Amino acid sequence: MADETSTQDAPEEKVPVMQQIIDNPFLLLFLGIALPTVFYTLWGVMEVATIPVAP
Amino acid sequence: MSQFRQCPDTGLFFHKPAESLMKANAVAGAVCLLIGGILGLLVILTRWPAVHLLPADAFYMVLTAHGITCLIFWIIFFEMAILYFAGSTLLRSRLATPRWAWAGFVLMIVGVISTLTAIFQGGSSVMMTSYVPMPAAPHFYLGLILFAVGALIGCFVFLGTLVVAKNEKTYEGSIPLVTFGALTACIIAIFTIASGAEILIPTFLWSVGYISHIDAAMYRVIWWALGHSSQQINVSAHVAVWYLIAGVLFGARPMSEKVSRAAYLLYILFLQLASAHHLLTDPGISSDWKIFNTSYAMYLAVLASMIHGLTVPGAIEVAQRNKGLTNGMFEWLRKAPWGNPVFSGMFISLIGFGFLGGISGVVMGTEQISIIIHNTIYVPGHFHATVVVGTTLAWMALTYLLIPVLFRRKMILPGLAKWQPYLFGGGMSIVAIFHMAAGTLGVARRHWDMGFAGNPLGFEYPGTAYLLMGIAGVGGVIAVIGGAAYLLITVGSLLFGEKLDASAGILQSFGVPLADSVYSTEKPERLPMAPAEAVEGHGDSGFEAPGTFVLAMVLLVSFVVYYFINWKYLSEVWPLS
Ligand code: HEM
Ligand SMILES: [Cu+2]
Repeated sequence: MADETSTQDAPEEKVPVMQQIIDNPFLLLFLGIALPTVFYTLWGVMEVATIPVAP
Repeated sequence: MSQFRQCPDTGLFFHKPAESLMKANAVAGAVCLLIGGILGLLVILTRWPAVHLLPADAFYMVLTAHGITCLIFWIIFFEMAILYFAGSTLLRSRLATPRWAWAGFVLMIVGVISTLTAIFQGGSSVMMTSYVPMPAAPHFYLGLILFAVGALIGCFVFLGTLVVAKNEKTYEGSIPLVTFGALTACIIAIFTIASGAEILIPTFLWSVGYISHIDAAMYRVIWWALGHSSQQINVSAHVAVWYLIAGVLFGARPMSEKVSRAAYLLYILFLQLASAHHLLTDPGISSDWKIFNTSYAMYLAVLASMIHGLTVPGAIEVAQRNKGLTNGMFEWLRKAPWGNPVFSGMFISLIGFGFLGGISGVVMGTEQISIIIHNTIYVPGHFHATVVVGTTLAWMALTYLLIPVLFRRKMILPGLAKWQPYLFGGGMSIVAIFHMAAGTLGVARRHWDMGFAGNPLGFEYPGTAYLLMGIAGVGGVIAVIGGAAYLLITVGSLLFGEKLDASAGILQSFGVPLADSVYSTEKPERLPMAPAEAVEGHGDSGFEAPGTFVLAMVLLVSFVVYYFINWKYLSEVWPLS
């Protein structure tokens, strides 16, 4: 029953930006992976990697 | 052509292949809980000083197996069932690629067998965290990797189902809140599993000799992206289960869908950063990193939990008041169905998670005061409040809901079931509280003998510490009895419960579909848009649900008092003046 109009069927009312974000699972997936990867993993790994090696 | 059946009692739709997958995953989870619970009994009886059951080497082996079987296997199998339920049943959609979902299930089973074999062969008593350079057998890591890959497939099947449902327009408007909660869990799971792959695959290669060295600090940083985030999958999912149960039992609607969704969004964005709280005492990582990830980020996630903790009981309160239970602050709560294990399980889960787990979690996540209890038995005390009273009890409550609906059997032993959440939640709360108390006195976690008998470097704990560990032991035994009751009731119901559908035989309890005539190829009617919200304008929610507001204030005050007590303790650790 999937029809072509499915992606553009709600233009009658402007959907608020926040709701657009929340209704987009793949955007959420991106955010939920990117944020911790940058702030936790990459930053943390860089800190460990830059510890000078004991002579 | 996809086939669905509609539950005649609840009106829920089950897609035939999805139904089988839910059953299989839930049953596999219960088997893991059985194994993990027996191991938990052995562990608690060893940490009960007067009993001190196991010898040292067996203790560490059993503790490793207990942690992994409960925390990873039981919880994630059940989570898979929840994902399929939230994706397929709640959206009235067919499940995307059931074959892949089965492949994932098989991988998970193989993973469990492989890892548990490795542990019980004795060479892999490395604890659930498996920190390098402690070596475990290759098939220990391999099992975990296979299990994770299987779970990852499950996550993608769930995402695929969202796409199918959207394309086939099985629902109007946005996905329901419970499905949104499951989506949050799924997203965090994908990050978790990716982090697990980043660290466990190299560690596996190290264990077979392809890699010569893995840096211990690096391991800890990446491992905790797995270890902490995996707990946040549970939080997201059990909060979704709370919403689900509140909705089913009371017809309660979230006080504000917007606020609840925004709280989930905070989880997606910030919850995983708090992984850093496990590394607060680690050298080699800067305070900037620790403070950014545990303060600013973590408090936003905690805020989100407080919102859920407020809106779930608030929604129940509003629904109850609408039914006329308006006397005083708490009539709505007093006259709640406390004898129904679905409700009592869910509500004890909520209170235990919020009061015991939440408060202690924030204390442990604060860099300065965390150091008092770091690596003490306080830590297991905390997470048995979150992951056992919180998550496990929520899963139990959901099971009671699902036995008739999904398995089409009537629950056996309803009298015992009435008590089960109190036994399990109460016993486990005792464990949590008394382990935390003993931890404050410095009793170490993962420690076979707190008496240090025969050790050159001994240490005398005060007598109170022994007493506290003993009381925790009693609580643990009560909890194990509660856990056994759960398994008895659920497994017994699946085997011997009165059949609510003529074709619900024993095989059907383990995943075989019901008789063909139960299903129809007719598509379920489209899920209508959620009706208007119970409370408009969330600013005044404190007045719509005054009882909940009072509960929240009690929580806040308890938290503040406890928080400052810990700072006081800290000031006494180094009596320099
Ligand atoms: C049924 C009753 C249970 C009892 C009596 C129990 C008891 C214990 C005890 C005494 C410890 C060890 C403390 C130490 O020496 O460090 C422990 C560790 C642990 N438990 Fe439980 N537990 C139970 C159920 C559960 C459940 C259901 C879960 C997960 C959902 C769980 C997850 C864990 C984890 C992850 C550890 C840490 C293992 C490690 O340090 O590597 N437990 N448990
Ligand atoms: Cu954590």
